[in-house]
Amino acid sequence: MSETEFLLWVRGPAFQVATIIFLLGVVVRILEILVLGRKPDLAEARGSAVAGGLRAIISRSFAERATLQRTAFTEVTGWIFHIGIFVILLLFAPHILLFEEVFGVSWPALPTTVIDATTIVTIIALLAVLIHRIANPVMRFLSRFQDYLVWLVTILPLVTGYMAFHRIGLTPTMLIAVHILSVELLMVTFPFTKLMHAFTLFMSRYYDGAIAGYKGVNS
Amino acid sequence: MSCMTDTAVLKVEATASLTHNVQPLLHEIRHALVKLLDDGSYTAIDLRSLPLAPVEEEQLLDKLGQGEVYARLHALGPTEIVETRFPGVWVVVHFNNDNEVIGRFIEICDTPALLRSQQDDIRQGLEQLQSQLA
Amino acid sequence: MSKDETLGEALRRQGVTRRGFLKFCAATASMMALPPSMVPAIAAALEKARRPSVIWLSFQECTGCIESLTRSHSPTVEGLIFDAISLDYQHALQAAAGSAAEAARETAMEENYGKYILIVDGSIPLANPGYSTIAGISNLAMLEETAKGAAAVVSMGSCAAFGGIPKAKPNPTGAVSVGDIIKDKPIINVPGCPPIPVVITGVLAHFLIFGTIPELDALGRPMAYYGQSIHDRCYRRPFYDKGKFANTFDDEGAKKGWCLYKLGCKGPTTYNACATTKWNDGTSFPIEAGHPCLGCSEPDFWDGGGFYKAISTPTEDIPKAAIYAVGAGAAAGLALGALNRAKRDKAVAEHVKTTIDDLEKGD
Repeated sequence: MSETEFLLWVRGPAFQVATIIFLLGVVVRILEILVLGRKPDLAEARGSAVAGGLRAIISRSFAERATLQRTAFTEVTGWIFHIGIFVILLLFAPHILLFEEVFGVSWPALPTTVIDATTIVTIIALLAVLIHRIANPVMRFLSRFQDYLVWLVTILPLVTGYMAFHRIGLTPTMLIAVHILSVELLMVTFPFTKLMHAFTLFMSRYYDGAIAGYKGVNS
Repeated sequence: MSCMTDTAVLKVEATASLTHNVQPLLHEIRHALVKLLDDGSYTAIDLRSLPLAPVEEEQLLDKLGQGEVYARLHALGPTEIVETRFPGVWVVVHFNNDNEVIGRFIEICDTPALLRSQQDDIRQGLEQLQSQLA
Repeated sequence: MSKDETLGEALRRQGVTRRGFLKFCAATASMMALPPSMVPAIAAALEKARRPSVIWLSFQECTGCIESLTRSHSPTVEGLIFDAISLDYQHALQAAAGSAAEAARETAMEENYGKYILIVDGSIPLANPGYSTIAGISNLAMLEETAKGAAAVVSMGSCAAFGGIPKAKPNPTGAVSVGDIIKDKPIINVPGCPPIPVVITGVLAHFLIFGTIPELDALGRPMAYYGQSIHDRCYRRPFYDKGKFANTFDDEGAKKGWCLYKLGCKGPTTYNACATTKWNDGTSFPIEAGHPCLGCSEPDFWDGGGFYKAISTPTEDIPKAAIYAVGAGAAAGLALGALNRAKRDKAVAEHVKTTIDDLEKGD
């Protein structure tokens, strides 16, 4: 298989398969949770479950002061790399082009220099997160193979993307192919790992918030 | 006709500096002039080796302007050697016999080598003169 | 010009003055992408260079490569380089034909064995040798025979270098590149469809000046011309960096000369000298004319997923696949959910309360 054929395979069938696995897996997992349902709460409502649920989705994004002081490192690095990933994913011109191709909508891009700097910061934040995971005895004890796998499939698209933009190591054709492939790896692992938190975090926060809201408790 | 207007539009839009290579080039010329004054060292810049937008080359030549010397020689097609507003900075453009540009250089020196009579040519000329007189 | 004459002697005999020679060297340096400070060294080397014998074989090709070279043939500088070689066989250009032409090739091979340069344009069919023959000799046989005594092989154009258009899917002739067949000779790939004429003469000039083959990249292309991507040398690059793109061929962006990436420009994955050397004697190059780069100097450029499709976008119908995936996911999710519910209900139904008696049973 030549490099061009490899890139074509990555852009074509491989991307198609990855999209199918990603969407199918995500939809199955979300529906599985939702369909299970909950027992009706027979107690009289003392507040709005919906309002409580929505409030929790927002409020749980920000750690309370005591927690923040205890886990400032995790909070800061976590915020940095999450924002970084979204900025790179959504505001880099070739990425927007991909969304336009698939969804038919487009939006303005950030200058490549800004994306470049964001990528470096995000990669550093992810490296720091890994070092913290290994260095901290409690974190290390709690970590399983999947935690390292999830870290790897998250950082790979960033590293390969950076390499592709700066043409480091391989031919440009191979670099783009490897970058797209790394994203496909992320898409394929997504539904079956903790990466699902991107969707389930909203569900679980709503769940908790709704229970409290129904009881009239401000969570 | 529409082709013509499109070109005009392109040119107008391209007036804004694009590759930002003009300013650095002028600084390179400044450095070369300092070196020329210090130790007489010669510098040549091949304009083909740099990415310049279509209008940027014109911009550069505009900024350099025209000085006192304009020479045109005929050796394997014409060559134009122009001293710019800045003495010691020369623009050398080589053409082939079809008047197509085959090389464009900025030379920083007191006289471009091509202007000087060459030893071999002088010798050959002398022989010719001698045989004419004989 | 006799074969023992040096280039310097030949030029002087043709009435080229020392000034003319210096100009020729400056233009050659510029053409070879060498710094102007190299001019004296080039002058010294060219003065003493002897004209090499060149055999040019044309296989499955369109003659575009030779057109590119000969049409650009300016009567002075590049012409002089071309004059400086002894082109002993080129069946499209030479006056001799048939057995006389083949005899010329055989003589040149014999007289310059181990020293001549072999230039090849066009790919070689392996599916059936009869697809392309010259004087009844198959391309494969002629290439193998002629390459044996060559000092170096120059694969001229994308067909010879990578298989090119003949090798494009479904490759009916089983076309391959020169490098697929010749393994024991230095090969210089000069791809492009066609290659830039200056690159062709630049490679010859390098051979004349240094007597060696130039530094090559991983694909066997001279670094001096293929060392940087079109994208990196493109004057429209600042628009890419700013995120300003032409979306169609006649929109605002196209008129303003913005980046053509979205229109399928292969500049980022294409290595060639177009952006600096340009075409038609330095007039312009495709991107300057408003058309995306096709990537013609890269392997398999014809099968790269569409000339007008951006290199990073999917080639399959993703929205359709996505709709099917979501549909199937919903069905599977609902089914699995129902199954889970049933499991839970069953567990609830079968739930038996433990009494104090049960706990005591074990004793």
